[in-house]
Amino acid sequence: MKELSDAVQRGDAAASQSMTEALVGAGASAAGILNRALLPAMSVVGTRFRDREIFLPDVLLAARAMKAAIRIIEPLLLRDSVPSAGVVVLGTVRGDQHDIGKNLVSVMLQGAGYRVVDLGADVDADRFIDAAVDAGASIIGMSALLTTTMTEMAGVVTRIAERGLRGRLRTIIGGAPINPAFAQEIGADAYAPDAVSAVEHVGRLVNG
Amino acid sequence: MSDFRRRLGSGVIAGDGAWGTMLAERGLPPGAPPELWTLEHPEIVAEIARAYADAGAELITTNTFGGSPMRLAQHHLENDFDRISRRGVEVVREAIGTRAFVNASVGPTGRLLAPLGDAGPEEVERGFAAQARVLIDAGADVICIETMTDLQEATLAIRAVRSVSKAIPIIATMTFDVTPRGPFTIMGVSVSQAAAELPAAGADVIGANCGGGVAEMIAVANAFLESTTVPIAIQPNAGLPVKKDGRLVYPDAPEPFATAVAPLAGLGIRLIGGCCGTTPEHIRALRRIIARPRRESPPRP
Repeated sequence: MKELSDAVQRGDAAASQSMTEALVGAGASAAGILNRALLPAMSVVGTRFRDREIFLPDVLLAARAMKAAIRIIEPLLLRDSVPSAGVVVLGTVRGDQHDIGKNLVSVMLQGAGYRVVDLGADVDADRFIDAAVDAGASIIGMSALLTTTMTEMAGVVTRIAERGLRGRLRTIIGGAPINPAFAQEIGADAYAPDAVSAVEHVGRLVNG
Repeated sequence: MSDFRRRLGSGVIAGDGAWGTMLAERGLPPGAPPELWTLEHPEIVAEIARAYADAGAELITTNTFGGSPMRLAQHHLENDFDRISRRGVEVVREAIGTRAFVNASVGPTGRLLAPLGDAGPEEVERGFAAQARVLIDAGADVICIETMTDLQEATLAIRAVRSVSKAIPIIATMTFDVTPRGPFTIMGVSVSQAAAELPAAGADVIGANCGGGVAEMIAVANAFLESTTVPIAIQPNAGLPVKKDGRLVYPDAPEPFATAVAPLAGLGIRLIGGCCGTTPEHIRALRRIIARPRRESPPRP
């Protein structure tokens, strides 16, 4: 598990894949691989990126290595009938094409056992809400990189209320210009400064 | 020698301030491509250009930041590519005449280069060269490659411009965060790396724009001064945006901004301007502190 965690942290997708296969072959459980190697690895990567000990390329490579491992354990999670932790709809808000951070959150949530409906970039309010209703999701996660598009998030929160879905759909937001005060002001249910805390906050929202 | 190169030889140059936030204030919808307003509302673009020239800016930036073909394709505007760059230069020239230099903006493609992303270096360089060809043909005095975070993309852009013109002055600036280990771009580029590679690729002026506000930019400026003898440009934001009465505002007012950035001139920074949140008033305040050099004749681009 330690070697797998190290492989993910240094972004070695080939090693991550072969180590995961070896662990599965030796009888390790998918949940164990997730919780003891993959999630802790991404947690370290997230912290080191926050402190700028490492940079975006390192994070992207680590996410790719984690994805390589998840592809192998995904069928096992289904076979072991590990119950889905919940359904989350994700997207970058209207007018904004920046999806790197959102994609990381998507990988992390899948790793943590959520079913993710990823709508991509440039998503308007009704598309977020329609997708959540269709998929039976209780959480909408929104990302924005630009100060000119972050105000779109307020529109989604308002639209949820207009459609009478407040309480049934909870929102979590993140992105470079976002801070807790902004989340509070627009009435979002949670703010996550990075992909690791996004998983924690989604867990809190689903259970709370 | 171009007039801009001559001007670079004497005293500090004042750049202009923000364009994106100026257009947003005049009604550009959130997330809409600002470049489209060159075609749809040229009178607003001209008004901003004139306001900056009146405030004393010697370089007026064109509304072409997102005008590379790859970037425009993300808004399905690739067919307007030629007009956006050409009119982008022309509208500013018509507005300011030869009172100031037309500084043609070239921003990132918004795509990640391989192997991290799917953008190939040849495609990126070809796109930048196509953009530069139109900007220079339309009469740009200077090309300003800005807000770069990836050194490979920045140098591809510089080489692309150089492949079109050996003579055109190039300003190349990147966006840095200040970390406990010093300034780095989000892609992990240090100031010393930028200071070595941007001039090697063909840039005449190098430096930093955007970022965390004036205090951080002083640290970035000092790192550049320690790393290079090439002329340095520094263009900070008016602080980091805060929400006030339902709108996003940049906290640094013109006078405090000018007072905070003016010492950069004394440190040896050659070009000082503003990025997000700065306005003609910020440049006017800066101009009150940084006078034009005495024996300067007006530029005749």
